Amino acid sequence: MQLFHCPFCGARDETEFHFGGEAGNLRPDGADAPADRWANYLYMRDNPKGAVREVWVHMNCGEFFVMERDSVSHQVLSSTSLDGAGHAQ
Amino acid sequence: MTRRYSALSLIKEGLAGQKGWQPAWRSPEPKKIYDAVVIGGGGHGLATAYYLARSHGVTNVAVLEKGWIGGGNTGRNTTVVRSNYYYPESVAIYGLAHRLYEGLSKELNYNVMLSKRGMVFLCHSTGEMEIGARTVNAMQINGVDAEMFSVDDVRRVAPVLNFAPDARFPVFGGVWQGRAGTARHDAVAWGYARAASALGVDIIQNCEVTDFIVEGGRCRGVQTSRGTIRTDRIGMAVAGHSSVLSAKAGLRLPINSYALQACVSEPIKPILDTVVLSPGTGVYVSQSDKGEIVIGGALDRVPSYGQRGNLPTLEGVISGLLEMFPAFGQLKLMRQWAGIVDVVPDSSPIIGESPLPGLFLNCGWGTGGFKAIPAGGTLLAHLLATGKHHDISRPFDLDRFVTGRLLDEAAGSGIAH
Repeated sequence: MQLFHCPFCGARDETEFHFGGEAGNLRPDGADAPADRWANYLYMRDNPKGAVREVWVHMNCGEFFVMERDSVSHQVLSSTSLDGAGHAQ
Repeated sequence: MTRRYSALSLIKEGLAGQKGWQPAWRSPEPKKIYDAVVIGGGGHGLATAYYLARSHGVTNVAVLEKGWIGGGNTGRNTTVVRSNYYYPESVAIYGLAHRLYEGLSKELNYNVMLSKRGMVFLCHSTGEMEIGARTVNAMQINGVDAEMFSVDDVRRVAPVLNFAPDARFPVFGGVWQGRAGTARHDAVAWGYARAASALGVDIIQNCEVTDFIVEGGRCRGVQTSRGTIRTDRIGMAVAGHSSVLSAKAGLRLPINSYALQACVSEPIKPILDTVVLSPGTGVYVSQSDKGEIVIGGALDRVPSYGQRGNLPTLEGVISGLLEMFPAFGQLKLMRQWAGIVDVVPDSSPIIGESPLPGLFLNCGWGTGGFKAIPAGGTLLAHLLATGKHHDISRPFDLDRFVTGRLLDEAAGSGIAH
């Protein structure tokens, strides 16, 4: 069992966390954004091998945060809370 | 010199001291220019090269594999072949694959050990029985064989299952596909490789593609660890690493990579002669010809390129297995491994020309690529040879993520991922 670090609760079992997508994937501004922009936001992903920055949620306490980790070794490098605007502080 | 495999050639070679066997495929040095290049020497890539040569007469083809052929997901799956999908588009593609599998050993002159032992997709409640009936109806309307099984039918084909009334996931019945079964996964890769090589295809192992050559807005070739190779038609079939490779071409795909684990027990005497899938526990089980119980389950929950798998998912799969088959609690696990799979939002594959002209995609098969190998190869070969979609591949183009015409098989056939 791997431990992930919740900024609010500290180190907890990986099963308590849910993957929320790549960090920095911002919602298009306004309904008149073109279809390919929406497709990019909704579906297209960088999905990198190696260093990743992702949004995760700790389901027990509801904390949303950005986790930096390695997608091959699974080493966790940092956990940072999101501010109200969805940006890592 | 023996080129064709048969009972007669076995006898002849036996009498001649087994000296006439040839390597099953050639291993030439890569040429500078090909008519078409396929990246990825797994089942889909090798099948693509074979159908290019056999169906379209394009034989000046190279398959580039960064490791050894069949060493990725082709060698890591649980070998199940089935076609129990919901939407007509999906039935067309998986049905094509299933039919081609049925004639594959003969076509390739290579025994892929297809064993049509049947598969039961369990239902654990009256609600699931109704969904099961809907699946059976949809499959029959689409021309695929399927039957609704009562609990007695399930007991007949898999008596070792846990039928106790207090089971956590009691068996109410199931969806039966009698033509489903298993095939020898390595043999599928080797058979396609041998047949493609015999038609003139160059299979080049230990050759990693490091970059794409783009000229005039078109893909014109690849840089590899074994030199530059030029071609105007490139197909990629590199499941699990599709995003990594397409990033080299400046493309993004609607894919997240996850590890899918599997494991096998020690070999035991025959106890289970069908494939059993339980949506309740998320577990797939069959028994290999060697006697090992082959166990597959749900995806890991953490996006990953690590071909190992995480412990919590394995624990969940094994717990589910023991709930379904209490007798298997005596078994010891012999091996555990994971493959990296392309997970797409609508759980359907992506086939078609990429936004970079000249580069064609065959990816996004998620956890179900093995069963689709002959269709994936046929359709990518058609695209490479003609530059146009086959009718069957058209709905699976990447453009569906912009038009919104998704083929959501997670909702349609209840696959979990």
